[in-house]
Amino acid sequence: MAEAAKSRSEAPAALPTWPDEIYRALKDAGVRQVAMVPDAGHSRLIRSFEADPETRVVTLTTEEEGVAMLAGAWLGGERGVLLLQSSGVGNCINMLSLPVICHMPLLMIVTMRGDWGEFNPWQIPMGQGTRPSLEAMGVIVNKVDEPDLVASTVQGAANLAFNTWKPVAVLIGQRVLGAKNFKELARK
Amino acid sequence: MTNPNALLHRRDVVNELLRDRADLLVIAGLGAPNWDVSAAGDHPNNFPLWGAMGAAAMIGLGLALAQPKRKVLVITGDGEMLMNIGSLATIAVEAPKNLTVAVLDNERFGETGMQKTPTASGVDLAAIATACGIRTSRIVRTMAEVTELRELAHAGRGTAFAQIKINPEALVFVMPPADGVILATRFRQSVLGDEALYN
Repeated sequence: MAEAAKSRSEAPAALPTWPDEIYRALKDAGVRQVAMVPDAGHSRLIRSFEADPETRVVTLTTEEEGVAMLAGAWLGGERGVLLLQSSGVGNCINMLSLPVICHMPLLMIVTMRGDWGEFNPWQIPMGQGTRPSLEAMGVIVNKVDEPDLVASTVQGAANLAFNTWKPVAVLIGQRVLGAKNFKELARK
Repeated sequence: MTNPNALLHRRDVVNELLRDRADLLVIAGLGAPNWDVSAAGDHPNNFPLWGAMGAAAMIGLGLALAQPKRKVLVITGDGEMLMNIGSLATIAVEAPKNLTVAVLDNERFGETGMQKTPTASGVDLAAIATACGIRTSRIVRTMAEVTELRELAHAGRGTAFAQIKINPEALVFVMPPADGVILATRFRQSVLGDEALYN
């Protein structure tokens, strides 16, 4: 009885639907190449792309490789997306010269750390530096903190990137992703 | 008399790689490889880099995946390759048949005063590529081997990597257009047709 009651009260909330929605939005935008360094927040989206025979998922050793790869994709007539964590934005900075100076579309979907509810102090510098770094390089930044608005933000960013040939980053905040609690993890 | 131990001349190497280039697509890394590729003849199917150090091989990967029927040749330098040496792991895993990466290895950072790169101390890029899983990976020291490499690049039967040992000579700059929009647009128009000018 007690066990059953406990499991009911701790039953997880329904899975968020935004990863599936942004998968659809990216498919509708014609994305064929998915370059990524994994993040937990992107895991569901990555699985969707991996199961899709029309998309090529490329695991990078560092995020800047993806900026260059998607420039090559664009030169060859394919559209792509770069999936990364905010810490990886820092790895991309000089490479962003390429889409900026060549007027190439680049769509980056960045899951945030060092943002709302962060527990790990080492995530703060790059998390707080993510938007200003991107903007300093000439990347258009759209942040989203509401699960219901993620898909439309990605859709708008894809249109902006591919119709105006600009680098655009969507930052998905920790309010959407949920913040890890390391103290709780350490107790388990 | 030709000294069999003499280092290759970079422009001879690039002229041979691009001889009868047909519809080969060429990415040139920043600095001297850009000038070498341009010296062999400016061409809309060249995408020569003026910055974004470390980009060349990965641009080649994205292009090779997008255009599987075309052959893609990346010509870059040892310093440029080393800056994103991890991209050899990424490329090895994807293994596009139509991608060749040719590194002109003068063991120097040529644009900045000929300072030594790690290859001058023995770092073996071809062995790194092999260890990553690029089976067709070699060090090239003769023009006959350059010709073989050219044939590999044109055949497109598997990802290939070459570390071509060249003379650390400083040559006159032969520059392509510097504007990225011109370079990207003419490349896309050449590869994709006039459609590329529209969204």
